[in-house]
Amino acid sequence: MEAVHDHSHDHHVPTGIMRYVTTTNHKDIGSMYLWFSFAMFLVGGVMALVIRAELFQPGLQVVEPEFFNQMTTLHGLIMVFGAIMPAFVGFANWQIPMMIGAPDMAFPRMNNWSFWLLPPAGILLMGSLLAPGGAGGVGWTMYAPLTIQQGMGMDMMIFAIHILGMSSIMGSINIITTILNMRAPGMTMMKMPLFVWTWLITAYLLVASMPVLAGAVTMTLTDRHFGTHFFNAAGGGDPVLYQHIFWFFGHPEVYIIAIPAFGVISEVIPTFARKPLFGYPSMVYATASIAILSFLVWAHHMYTVGMPVEAQLYYMFATMLIAIPTGVKVFNWVATMWKGSMSFETPMLFAQGFLFLFTIGGFTGLVLAVTPIDIQLHDTYYVVAHFHYVMVAGALFAAFAGVYYWLPKWIGKMYDERLGKIHFWLSLIFFNITFFVQHFLGLAGMPRRIPDYALQFADWNMVSSIGAFGFGLSQVFFLYILLKAIRSGEKAPEKPWDGASTLEWTHLPTPAPYHSFETPPDLRN
Amino acid sequence: MTFFTTIKSTLGGSMKSSFSARALGIIMAFLPAIAVAEWNLNFTPAVTLLGEEIQAIHNLVMWIIVGISIVVFGAMFWSILKHRKSVGHKASNFHENTTIEIIWTVIPVVILIAMAFPATRLLLATRDSSASDMTIKATGYQWRWGYEYIDEGVKFYSTLATPRNQIDGGAEKEKTYLLEVDNKVVVPVGKKVRILTTSNDVIHAWSVPGLAVKQDAIPGFIRDIAFKAETIGTYRGQCYELCGKEHGFMPIVVEVVSEEDYQTWMQAKLAESGVPSFDPDKEYAVAELVAAGEQVYNANCIACHQEGGVGMPPTFPAIKGGKIATGSMEGHLDIILNGSDKNPMMAAWGPILSDYDIAAVIAYQRNEINSSGDIIQPSEISAVRAE
Repeated sequence: MEAVHDHSHDHHVPTGIMRYVTTTNHKDIGSMYLWFSFAMFLVGGVMALVIRAELFQPGLQVVEPEFFNQMTTLHGLIMVFGAIMPAFVGFANWQIPMMIGAPDMAFPRMNNWSFWLLPPAGILLMGSLLAPGGAGGVGWTMYAPLTIQQGMGMDMMIFAIHILGMSSIMGSINIITTILNMRAPGMTMMKMPLFVWTWLITAYLLVASMPVLAGAVTMTLTDRHFGTHFFNAAGGGDPVLYQHIFWFFGHPEVYIIAIPAFGVISEVIPTFARKPLFGYPSMVYATASIAILSFLVWAHHMYTVGMPVEAQLYYMFATMLIAIPTGVKVFNWVATMWKGSMSFETPMLFAQGFLFLFTIGGFTGLVLAVTPIDIQLHDTYYVVAHFHYVMVAGALFAAFAGVYYWLPKWIGKMYDERLGKIHFWLSLIFFNITFFVQHFLGLAGMPRRIPDYALQFADWNMVSSIGAFGFGLSQVFFLYILLKAIRSGEKAPEKPWDGASTLEWTHLPTPAPYHSFETPPDLRN
Repeated sequence: MTFFTTIKSTLGGSMKSSFSARALGIIMAFLPAIAVAEWNLNFTPAVTLLGEEIQAIHNLVMWIIVGISIVVFGAMFWSILKHRKSVGHKASNFHENTTIEIIWTVIPVVILIAMAFPATRLLLATRDSSASDMTIKATGYQWRWGYEYIDEGVKFYSTLATPRNQIDGGAEKEKTYLLEVDNKVVVPVGKKVRILTTSNDVIHAWSVPGLAVKQDAIPGFIRDIAFKAETIGTYRGQCYELCGKEHGFMPIVVEVVSEEDYQTWMQAKLAESGVPSFDPDKEYAVAELVAAGEQVYNANCIACHQEGGVGMPPTFPAIKGGKIATGSMEGHLDIILNGSDKNPMMAAWGPILSDYDIAAVIAYQRNEINSSGDIIQPSEISAVRAE
């Protein structure tokens, strides 16, 4: 290996845009994933603001109902598949090789392709707005038979999902192979950083669930164009079958988003508490249990379809079980902080925001686990509030924590700590103004996905919209902080976080060199 | 501790906490525009016993959450305040303790089991639709509800009655904005009413929060749900499953009345359903049909084909100058009766509208929106249907 990787290698590296088109370097690809996901995050965010602008007051002021439905649909798809998932794949690309002492990912060329599939998918998703009749106005869950009525924008969305699925599966295979085969000597499975463990588990979830989604949308496609009747009762099919298939993917998907976030938090909290992670083995087992349980609870998203009461009972009990490993994780994080020596730089602030708000999201999950309550709250804003606590305050805050934590290692420069803290507090406050009040709307019975609402919902909707615009602007501020750090950030010290203990901090210089660990570190002692 | 009382009062729904009242006062001071604000924090009051039980179990779960919050967030904030570098706290190095890990696995198990018992009992009760006193079939359409009182055979459609100009901002919004229909569902108080749900096109969901019922309406399948209202009054709900562009505009209104009033209403409905609302043999004049047609158009067509028939091409084609509305009368009648083969958004209106309504709306489309000048009589439509 050493001989192959000497200086002559570097002479052939293209520069400019071609460097990124042809790159097989995990760091370049990681950066592209992160920038792509941030761009998609801003696009999805603008769509969210269109939604909140329309909901600022009762009546139709800003958009037509059809376009409103297209916005809710694309907002969901872009945020889930375009923003949050690629962001964590970006973290995986940058961090997994450095954290296990590997020189790169196992399949560097496939890695390149995994990324470059994303922009066409993003263009198809956004381009569907320009198709005759616009994008599909069906919600990100794309329930049949409403999908049958849509224009060709729906087909574009289906193809986008196919492409995103291929990208995810290839990325996952790469991650699994890298983790299982390329660890440095002495890096045993139970010594891997928890971030690596969470990604290993997530990658298995992706490989198992993405093909199921691809199947569901392909059946939709053939129902639309090729005369099949999978979801058409008149032809012997069943519309509810779609929901079963979708949620068999959809529930693991929730954990595909959440589990890498758990991983980031499990790195950040010990570093800034200056104390090892409490209960490492139980964290691994809890994460694995959550992953397994996630395949056994899908129909709790569909209690109102009229399934037999015995099935409802099973799904209620299985869903309640998830509270146990999730509780273990929260307790372990708190126990890690307990009697530590904590400091609160921006990554730690976001980790604390995550811990507090994700736990609230877990609490509302407990409320929704009780089937009779869930039926009352099904398809109301309570559910919207619940999953935004898990997706935004959970996954997004963890991604922010990760960016601030690893940015010095990636670019060798520090972000502005004062601005980072302002970003945190603005995000925290506006997030809660936006989403906490949606619990009240849901309890009062406001349905999801409506462009106009009855007058008793007017007050909290206005508050929520104000919060949403504040939250959106706070993220533009985040872009400014990033650009400022890249252009004129102070040079980062070799080890800016004195509590950090993983390989990228202990065995590599800052910033990390373009090729790291060409010779694996020996960790056998 | 104020923090936890806030969590409790906001999540638990007590509106009496002085903290949240003050906070609301501050927010409201900035928002003078909201005159009818209600600042609801909790469920719509339930008027069924099961609804009350659902709210009771919700309160129970909220109290459990308050308890767990005090312990977890208490430990979290305690360590944030006390175990920080800036106050000189030195880090311990412990990282496992099997006893405590077993304890905090077992305690949640016990709590969950304690929750599962009442939840199971209540779920079984809410799903019991047997021994009902009456049955109403609710059929979802894009975008209205159709009702059929199975025993009496009374059928009607129930459509949004809020005028378009209130939605567009041209008129002040009434108190029941978007929650008003032309024909309400009327049921007697204290009787167990079983609702069968199904759909004519896509999935809808029939739900009235005050009655604590929600059931999807699925095309090709029949599902059921039951409720027994204990209090006379009008209860409003909506469609809860995204069903296309007018999803937010297909409300449900259930009027719970005394047994006596119910019988009176039912007799009137029965009498009404026996008499055709138009004279099948009469030759109607153009002006009369056009005037009636405008009503039909505004109630049924305007959502997609828009005011003046300009449509929203390509999904919702224009009627003004459109091929069908200016083409042959047979083609025009066919697409209204049977829907479109090419465009699934155009529903079949034959089962929904009467011959008179269809004649009227055709007259309106051909004489007011367009100027073809011809009409078709209700009797001719009856003849076409008979084929």
